[in-house]
Amino acid sequence: MQEKDISGFGRLVLTLGLAFLYVPILILIVYSFNSSKLVSVWAEFSTSWYRVLFNDSDVIAAFGLSVRIALLASLMSVVLGTLAGMALARFGRFRGKSLFAGMLTAPMVMPEVITGLSMLLLFIQLKDWFGFPAERGMLTIWIGHVTLCMAYVTVVIRSRLLEMDRSVEEAAMDLGAKPVKTFFLITLPIIAPAIASSFLLAFTLSIDDLVITAFLSGPGATTLPQLIFSRVRLGLNPEINALASITVLVVTVLVISANRLMARAERRRSRLAQLAA
Amino acid sequence: MNSRLLTQHPAANLATARGRARLAWRRWLPRGQALVTAMPYGWLLLFFLVPFLFVLGISFSEVEVASPPYRALLSRSEDVLNVALNLGNYRYLFGDALYLDAYLGSLQMASITTLICLLLGYPIAYTIARAPLTKRNTLLMLVMLPFWTSFLVRVYAWMGILDNEGLLNKLLLQLGLIDTPLQLMHTQLSVQIVMVYAYLPFMILPLFSNLAKLDGRLLEAAEDLGCRPWQAFLRVTLPLSRNGIVAGAMLVFIPAVGEFVIPELVGTPESLMIGKVLWMEFFDNNNWPMAGAVTIVMVALLIIPITYLHKREEKQLAQAEQR
Repeated sequence: MQEKDISGFGRLVLTLGLAFLYVPILILIVYSFNSSKLVSVWAEFSTSWYRVLFNDSDVIAAFGLSVRIALLASLMSVVLGTLAGMALARFGRFRGKSLFAGMLTAPMVMPEVITGLSMLLLFIQLKDWFGFPAERGMLTIWIGHVTLCMAYVTVVIRSRLLEMDRSVEEAAMDLGAKPVKTFFLITLPIIAPAIASSFLLAFTLSIDDLVITAFLSGPGATTLPQLIFSRVRLGLNPEINALASITVLVVTVLVISANRLMARAERRRSRLAQLAA
Repeated sequence: MNSRLLTQHPAANLATARGRARLAWRRWLPRGQALVTAMPYGWLLLFFLVPFLFVLGISFSEVEVASPPYRALLSRSEDVLNVALNLGNYRYLFGDALYLDAYLGSLQMASITTLICLLLGYPIAYTIARAPLTKRNTLLMLVMLPFWTSFLVRVYAWMGILDNEGLLNKLLLQLGLIDTPLQLMHTQLSVQIVMVYAYLPFMILPLFSNLAKLDGRLLEAAEDLGCRPWQAFLRVTLPLSRNGIVAGAMLVFIPAVGEFVIPELVGTPESLMIGKVLWMEFFDNNNWPMAGAVTIVMVALLIIPITYLHKREEKQLAQAEQR
């Protein structure tokens, strides 16, 4: 009786909560199929704004740049984040560890205007001293994104390393495997799903970043969020509705398939664990 | 010799196996460990910590019509090294109501956002954490999906709703609740709504992972001992979820203080938030030293909550490490 009452309340909470989260996005998608140039006035169904979007060379160029930066930044941040995760989860105490951990927490919560401005000033100073990086653009954006994303990667990898069963690693090393070999043969395969999901997380963070990018980009480099921002600043724009709808579609497909994969990996892992026990 | 003696007992065998494995990390790796640690460490020092020193430096500088548009702190004339620290930026900052109002306004906006996110997020996280295991994963994914969707897209979605000719006004007019469209867009209210919408997932996730770990037997025990469900909630669930509440609140509050995109897109031009002030000083006024001073004061405000959050998280991780 009471159980049912609670789940009724829970259902109400979930319905309202999910409605709050999804109704704005659904409205956005519906209006991307509006033929009118006025976003909020419904005329008739049309896919013309998608045609406009696909012929917009600025959008396509910005998208290409964003994808390239996101791929490179997530690759690098997964490498650095995994190393940092290993250092924090496996090496015990070492000198400067708390500073290290602190520098990994801060970029995640620190307002991005702060991170962006400070990195920009660094690059300007470096250019003054060494003449490098001569121009702000893809390289400087990439460095900024790696710094942001590696913090997130580290959190994911570190907690995975802490919860995994260490006896397998210990057995391998006891049988004479060097730590590096142990890492590649034992640890890495075990944490592979966590690495995949942190790659995905880093990719979405990078491709979505606006503020840090705005500080670190130069005249030649405009990423997709920068382009969207500059257009949206001028007001509602049905082409952006179309672009946003595609973003939502892509993210949804990616997240759902990643979720499926991860759930399957998790099931396989627990089955293996049961067999082993 | 010693080790052979020890290995005669199976339990001792296991213990030394572990010990030896641990030793292997230590013996072989000091150099390797240092290398592994040095790469991310060096990266963060160079690209995260050192830049703050530059911000600190520039905040004591003066604007100049030059490129870069500020005066160097150090200058040398003959054999004399001159250090010029200009405190003017800070004096100006603390003397001008514009900056103080922006700081206070941002802190207020961030606090209210945090509170509303907590009130909305807690029931959602609680319901998902209590849901049967088969549904839990799907529900969590549904809640987190908007978080993975572009931040800008989520802000933009509200622009179409809150616009003066937007959907909300149309709906209210149709229902006959209002006669003339309300000014919703570019108000404090619009900033508040969109802030809550954008930051809600940051509250739900830590709350969920905390509540999911809650031992259901404690609630059963409370009920057996005569607690009503709401009493059990207030006296068992709520205190036990403190870590989740703190983490969620910090994850919303800290970045919300410096939010720039939302006040820029849906906010009022008059009432500024500090993130926007920083942006304007830098990009519009080209006053880098002032932007530096604004940043340093913001960091000073946020360093306490950031450290608090960090210490708590580290403590929990240290416990996990020992297990």
